[in-house]
Amino acid sequence: MIKLIPRVENSTLMVLLSPLLALTLTALSAYLIFIFVLVDIPVSSVFFTLFVEPLIDSYYFSELLVKAAPLMIIGLGLSIGFRAGIWNIGAEGQYVMGGIAGSAVGLYFYNVEALWLLPLMTIAGILGGMFYAGIAAFLRIKYQVNEILVTLMLTYVAVLFLSAMLQGPLRNPSGFNFPESRIFHDSAMLPIIWEGTRLHIGLIVAIILSFVAWFGIKKHMFGMQIKISGSAPRAAKFAGFDDNKTVWYSLLISGGLAGLAGLFEAAGPAGQLTPGLPQFYGFTAIIVAFLARLHPVGVLFSALLIALSYVGGENVQIEYNLPSSITQIFQGMLLFYFLACDILIKYKVILFKT
Amino acid sequence: MNESLFINIVIGISIASVPLIFAAIGELLVERSGVLNLGVEGMMIVGALLGFVVMSHTQNSYLAVLAAMVGGMAIASIFAFLTQFLLTNQVATGLALTLFGLGFAAFAGRGYTEETIQLITAVPIPYLSDIPYLGPLLFSFNPLVYLAFFMVYLVWWFLFKTKQGLILRAIGDNHDAAHAIGHNVVRYRVMAILFGGAMAGIGGAFLSLVQVPIWGEGMTAGRGWIALGLVVFASWQPFRIIFGAILFGGITILQIHAQGLNINVSAQYLSMLPYLATIVILVSLRMRLKNKTNRTVPNCLGRIFHSTT
Amino acid sequence: MSNRSLSSVVKLSILSVVLAFTSNVYADPVKAAFVYIGPTGDHGWTFAHDQGAKYVKEMMGDDVIITTVESVEENSDSERVITSLARKNDIIFTTSFGYMNPTIKVAKRYPNVKFEHATGYMLEDNVSVYSARFYEGRHVIGKIAGRMTKNNVIGYIASFPIPEVIRGINSAYLAAKSVNPDIEMKIVWVYSWYDPGKEADAANALIAQGADILMQHTDSTAPMTVAEEKGVYAFGQASDMREWGKNAQLTGIIDDWGPYYLERVQAVKDGTWTSTDVFHGVDSGMVKFAPMNKSMPKDVRNEASRAIIDLSMGKIHPFTGPINKQDGSPWLAEGETPPNYPDLLTMDFYVEGIEAKYPN
Repeated sequence: MIKLIPRVENSTLMVLLSPLLALTLTALSAYLIFIFVLVDIPVSSVFFTLFVEPLIDSYYFSELLVKAAPLMIIGLGLSIGFRAGIWNIGAEGQYVMGGIAGSAVGLYFYNVEALWLLPLMTIAGILGGMFYAGIAAFLRIKYQVNEILVTLMLTYVAVLFLSAMLQGPLRNPSGFNFPESRIFHDSAMLPIIWEGTRLHIGLIVAIILSFVAWFGIKKHMFGMQIKISGSAPRAAKFAGFDDNKTVWYSLLISGGLAGLAGLFEAAGPAGQLTPGLPQFYGFTAIIVAFLARLHPVGVLFSALLIALSYVGGENVQIEYNLPSSITQIFQGMLLFYFLACDILIKYKVILFKT
Repeated sequence: MNESLFINIVIGISIASVPLIFAAIGELLVERSGVLNLGVEGMMIVGALLGFVVMSHTQNSYLAVLAAMVGGMAIASIFAFLTQFLLTNQVATGLALTLFGLGFAAFAGRGYTEETIQLITAVPIPYLSDIPYLGPLLFSFNPLVYLAFFMVYLVWWFLFKTKQGLILRAIGDNHDAAHAIGHNVVRYRVMAILFGGAMAGIGGAFLSLVQVPIWGEGMTAGRGWIALGLVVFASWQPFRIIFGAILFGGITILQIHAQGLNINVSAQYLSMLPYLATIVILVSLRMRLKNKTNRTVPNCLGRIFHSTT
Repeated sequence: MSNRSLSSVVKLSILSVVLAFTSNVYADPVKAAFVYIGPTGDHGWTFAHDQGAKYVKEMMGDDVIITTVESVEENSDSERVITSLARKNDIIFTTSFGYMNPTIKVAKRYPNVKFEHATGYMLEDNVSVYSARFYEGRHVIGKIAGRMTKNNVIGYIASFPIPEVIRGINSAYLAAKSVNPDIEMKIVWVYSWYDPGKEADAANALIAQGADILMQHTDSTAPMTVAEEKGVYAFGQASDMREWGKNAQLTGIIDDWGPYYLERVQAVKDGTWTSTDVFHGVDSGMVKFAPMNKSMPKDVRNEASRAIIDLSMGKIHPFTGPINKQDGSPWLAEGETPPNYPDLLTMDFYVEGIEAKYPN
């Protein structure tokens, strides 16, 4: 039998070792699956394509960072909200609304070439996401309607709203009546930070924000408040923390950051507003947040890991003609192992005979 | 509106609602035990696949439904093991389960996209279904439709009329206290999770065995997420699941009919209605009950339990 | 020299010629890649493109190496997939409209790679566009539907309001109307290319509202199975769906991309590839039909066959004036046919007689 003994203090060794153990276990399982699935392809080369190539090939590495940036930004916001026990499951909808709001500004000033345009779009994106998450905060505070329902349902509404906007006011007037916006003007596009790639300033923003959040949580009263509200709601009440404030802040921060990520996607890699804007980032970022154990800086690393699984998985599909479902199976397993191995941080595992 | 159109709409609504009822009532029991499983979509799709596969090989609808339940339970057991024994975070594990389930079903089902099966058809209840008006409306459904309603009753009966149900609710509200007086928290939760898997499995199979006789990747198309929303909509009260599912399924079907009847509203906005109505109706219900505090959310929902003794 | 040695010399030289020939061919296989929007098992749009890719492989054998990538979303991920493919392939087919801007961006960075984008409108020196006149197919099934319906109601399950889908609706309606003036068309938008459950809901609703013949512009076989179960008629979409509607399927519009793909890949091999803008129909065989159901009366079958022949010879055009728009304003004058651009390629209106509200 197995028994778990809680550690007095979290094991710092295990904090580092558990991801490695998880990776090893994932690799072993993947190995077994590939042996079963692949008939005449050497498993080692599949592994190389999956794990190593995205890290050593400069193009794939840049793309890995492109894919990771929105996950970092959304995951960061969610990690703050989840600490307070606010279940914002619909970051995807806030991301879409931020993308629409920011793009609408960019398209309104379509012909304007000015330095203020991108900041204005950014603000609109953040406000769009905040407004959308704010609905959930308002309904929860005023009518005790659980935010899981509201954020989830509003995600579907956001996607349909995007479709309606692209069918109507935001449609490219010379685009053959296809539901796509115009391509953004240069001054509405995010600056590229690595010449010749699609890597944009969003990555730097993500890194700065995560450190700001880290210090914020450590030093600021609000950080304490959300932490306590999440882990001990009663104690929070006694300490005089305002419950409603926690709800507002958690949802507005996570919604605003999701909106920011939505605008960055439209004004970055996409370069226009299309029906393809929603791409599951909002849901994937939930996983990113928890893989990082809700640590704002940890989010940077877990986003990279998830991005690696996307880019590597895609390459395996291209290179070895494997179905795309293999990537999903593989991502599922990766997460299972990562989550499971974290138990070693807080607990000692002891084997004994019954 | 003529009579047959009305009956057709009712049947259409039942078909759209029943997968949601199954999946949501399972998840309701899980959440009542204090566990939040976001993997409903993943469990549904595995149920849809296994039901279809067994049906195409055996042509036996009982075996097919059974297989769907077992499939849902099997994948739910991964979640149970991780969250209950390895104490992983439930939200993240549930999402991982959805990813894994969608991937697994798509991969394992690749050979079945060409197949077609015999649907499980409606069985009019003898004599009763011949009653004018009421007969076709109440007694002419698919057997699984009746099963869905029965499961809702069963869950209500279990939760509120049995000792085990009381214990399960107590665990969901305060697992430490329940543990302290000697209840096996983990055992109850594992059972609840497996039940949730079985129900999601049938819910998924309803799509591939009753609604359309085909198998396709991702054919659950987000219904697992809607089921999750409905549990909240129902404020964790079993019978309200039926109300929520019929409301959601009903508006989905009615907006399709509205399109066919050339109603002068754009289809995009009509398509938003089911989602918006769910929120609006819940809010208006709450407005009426404003002064009563809502105490139905299981307090330990999503929290990790570990006994030190 | 004996006969025997002579013959062996001949054999040898033949062998060496064959060897030389084959080794030349072996030396340089064309690398062709296909990017798909859905899974290859959808039995609709992606399935049809994948059949085309398989056809190229079958015809060219070792002269071609084919890579396919399925379920590529129409977002910024697609640019990465196309770039990855551009690094290793000679020609890339991007088979959905949403890949247009990513395809153009990648094409500018990889001028030596040829690109073929389906259903778009942006050309470059190394980017062709190709599309099929599916509305010609809709014309034929419209005629059949007009004749075969008893209730005079056609149910149309539509995906997204883009010009291609609108063309199909208008073409089918006009054709049905031409043989049956009492025809009514009910249209349901499901806002999805592939959601079997929703497509089935729509099919059921349309049948309940009196439609006894279904058309679909979505990719799953669900509407066909509903038609089969309810005993109404339907038409296959993108591929032959007889398997799912043995009695229900009257015929089906088949997208046959194979010959076009073969021609383009071969052109790369021969070094004769140039950028083109192709909009082929029944005439070139890009739009084909599934076998007609035996249950159709002979005169209906004959009429449909005649329409197919006339279309293939260019004798008729599905949009021949006089045609008014839904609001009554004139579109085409007597005998007039529309140009590709802008009328056909940007179509965003219903024709007169359709009662549904245009989705915008």
